[in-house]
Amino acid sequence: MKCKVCGGNAVISLRAYNSALCAKDFVSFLENRVLKTIKKYGLIEDKDKLLVAVSGGKDSLSLWHILNKLGFNADGMYIDLGIEGYSDLSLEKVKKMSDVLKRPVYIFHLRDALGKGIEVISKRIKRTTCSACGMIKRYIMNRVCLDKGFNVIVTGHNLDDETSALMGNLLYWKEEYLWKKEMVLDEEEGHLSKKIKPLFLCSEREMAAYAVLCGIDYVYDECPFSIGAKSLFYKEMLNKVEDKSPGTKLQFLKGYLKFTREIKKEKNLKEMRYCINCGYPTLSEICNFCRIMEKYGIKGNIIFDEYRPKDEEFQHR
Amino acid sequence: MTVEFDGKKINVEKITTVLKLLEKLSINREAHLVFVNSKLVTEDYKLKDDDEIKIIRVVSGG
Repeated sequence: MKCKVCGGNAVISLRAYNSALCAKDFVSFLENRVLKTIKKYGLIEDKDKLLVAVSGGKDSLSLWHILNKLGFNADGMYIDLGIEGYSDLSLEKVKKMSDVLKRPVYIFHLRDALGKGIEVISKRIKRTTCSACGMIKRYIMNRVCLDKGFNVIVTGHNLDDETSALMGNLLYWKEEYLWKKEMVLDEEEGHLSKKIKPLFLCSEREMAAYAVLCGIDYVYDECPFSIGAKSLFYKEMLNKVEDKSPGTKLQFLKGYLKFTREIKKEKNLKEMRYCINCGYPTLSEICNFCRIMEKYGIKGNIIFDEYRPKDEEFQHR
Repeated sequence: MTVEFDGKKINVEKITTVLKLLEKLSINREAHLVFVNSKLVTEDYKLKDDDEIKIIRVVSGG
């Protein structure tokens, strides 16, 4: 195949766009796509201070790299879940990217803060590891943002993450989540940071290709707790459909976003309150995180380490 | 030719293109990237006997 832009040898086919591109033009295409997404969906405003949630995987590390390349000064944050042999390696990759970008990264060590790793905590609070991980990550991401003076948390959720989650919500008609899926979650000053997903129109395959072509050193191995996760099965199903009918995943998500805009106009949102312990938004008196920690007698101190890039003065935001 | 996939090495013969290889191994092209001699290639790439092929899965979850 030949590159649709320059006519040179293509390295990747993009069947959803009926196109194929060489390495240089693909990198430009993907960065441009992220920029267009940010602009079209109004994800970032001039006043915003961005913190990228990085896991050490291809999506979040590439996103951190792209945002800084595009001129959006973004620092990083990493949640060390205390998973043996996995969390340390992930942190190593995150620090490496911090050095490359010359941007600091805030680190939350679960074991230091709550005295246990994610495996023990999830058993203690009687949740699956993925469910406990999700709850803790959402809470901590918000907390570090507020504590360190940022107002936007940026996550690396890609097209496949979003469509597989949407499919799961549809299959089980999870109405409480179904209409809530948004690519921007608004800020509630002092309580909740804005959350954005600039990669939601970029497929997982595109992100992996971008990481490889840009020499981004990411953790290839999967989180050991995600083996057998339903989301992986949904992704496999969606990729089978995509293989037969390229562009389906994009249509599925874009159609959903259009549809939810109409639904939201009709629906009244429930009144939000704030946790009396920590100020996190909640529908009751105490937020889910504080309630669970209290119920299962897990005490801790939410503190963050800061890693500053090696050898270089970092660029102040 | 030898194909590295999922930490294993597989021997395949008489495969002409990357697409045919993926079909033969029942690997979905939307969820994988193929490298020949360490370079990313498209599905129509014509394979040679001495090519070193590596297929990586791109799907992550949880």
